[in-house]
Amino acid sequence: MDDTAALKKTPLHALHLSLGARMVPFAGYDMPVQYPAGVMKEHLHTRAEAGLFDVSHMGQVIVKAKSGSYEDAALALESLVPVDILGLAEGRQRYGFFTDDTGCILDDLMITHLDDHLFIVVNASCKEADLAHLQAHIGDRCDITLLNRALIALQGPRAVEVLAELWADVAAMKFMDVRHCRLHDVSCLVSRSGYSGEDGFEISIPVDKAEDVTMRLLEHPDVQAIGLGARDSLRLEAGLCLYGNDIDTTTSPVEAALEWAMQKARRGNGARAGGFPGSGRILSELENGAARRRVGLKPEGKAPVRGHAKLYADAEGKIEIGEVTSGGFGPSVEGPVAMGYVPVSHAAAGTLVYAEVRGKYLPTTVSALPFVTPTYKR
Amino acid sequence: MLKFTEEHEWLKIEGGVATVGITTYAVDQLGDLVFVELPEVGATFSKNGNAATVESVKAASDVYCPLDGEITEVNPAIVADPSLVNSDPQGAGWFFKLKLANAADADGLLDEAAYKELTA
Repeated sequence: MDDTAALKKTPLHALHLSLGARMVPFAGYDMPVQYPAGVMKEHLHTRAEAGLFDVSHMGQVIVKAKSGSYEDAALALESLVPVDILGLAEGRQRYGFFTDDTGCILDDLMITHLDDHLFIVVNASCKEADLAHLQAHIGDRCDITLLNRALIALQGPRAVEVLAELWADVAAMKFMDVRHCRLHDVSCLVSRSGYSGEDGFEISIPVDKAEDVTMRLLEHPDVQAIGLGARDSLRLEAGLCLYGNDIDTTTSPVEAALEWAMQKARRGNGARAGGFPGSGRILSELENGAARRRVGLKPEGKAPVRGHAKLYADAEGKIEIGEVTSGGFGPSVEGPVAMGYVPVSHAAAGTLVYAEVRGKYLPTTVSALPFVTPTYKR
Repeated sequence: MLKFTEEHEWLKIEGGVATVGITTYAVDQLGDLVFVELPEVGATFSKNGNAATVESVKAASDVYCPLDGEITEVNPAIVADPSLVNSDPQGAGWFFKLKLANAADADGLLDEAAYKELTA
């Protein structure tokens, strides 16, 4: 049997093939890792103009309270995430994560207050588990519905002008705003967000119109299709976590340096402090810090340092202190970049550590994240 | 004499010394190279020993020594600019020169027609 036969396809699968994409299995889907331009050019094009990504493999889910009230849906979701959902204004989006009883991360997600309900986007690899988790814990109070829609991201400095040609109102949106828009007379949900470190949009499209809307965007001379390879190098330079690499059920939000995503309302003296899985550990770490921390890492030489490389305090590799969780070459940085976990004693920017690559211990400097300056329109 | 391996290296053999690189097919599979690590001059390798490493944006790959021999010269230009391997893999993007321990070993490698068939 063909290995790819069991893989799922996004609504844009045929379009990827027609564009000459190289397809790879990713989270159970047959996905484009790169197009003929290649990862390097795709990455640089996104930073210079606009890149279009198919992220339809991700799970788009509606959480709606059976009562019909937003407040009930928000309070229900707050029982699963250490994030202020009640205080999220209508048409606004926020980053968050599901935590487990040990205070670690089950998945990270985007959460939107849309009309009278919540619209969330979860990782493809966690989609089924997340739905079961939501159903088990808040299914009595909320209807949990997985949407069958396409999702594309248009990222880069030209994204706003390209999209504004179709729907002028997007130009007035701010980072993390979400609006209903009609693109080529197709009803779409547009958020001013993404995962590249660039200004840009994510666009949820009905499946039957997905190829049409995507092809029209690709017709624009500034827009180029971008594969998962460049998606990964872009998000790594932007210092953004990839679930399963940089965060998982062995990392807590404070270890992962994600304090910024946990608002005051859910912290120690907040109006709705705690009340999420693992709150004991997470609130304590918010107060006192964690023993280790996710940091940026900049290898001194040209050799990329990749995920799972061991980190040492000394150049002889005697004192192991941590591990790289994501790493590679940053085309915009024009050199290797990585992220990993080190003890707080080694977490200050400028600290020299050593990464083991093919039996050598490469000097690597702990660096502030992100490696590139984000251009979000706040 | 031009020879190829199933691991996608090419060898141009003259007077018992093989100039070795990776094929156009290999480069197309790897994508943009960002890092090349070459062996030391004077190092000896057995056939299929790890002689060099190339890294693309995505991943690291080993380059195997195609035959037993000793490294007599390496190409520093591809260390300074790995994209040379992408732009001219079977010319300016050569990796190293290998003095063959046994020149007759080359007879067991693929010729150009056989390699083309392998990658068709």
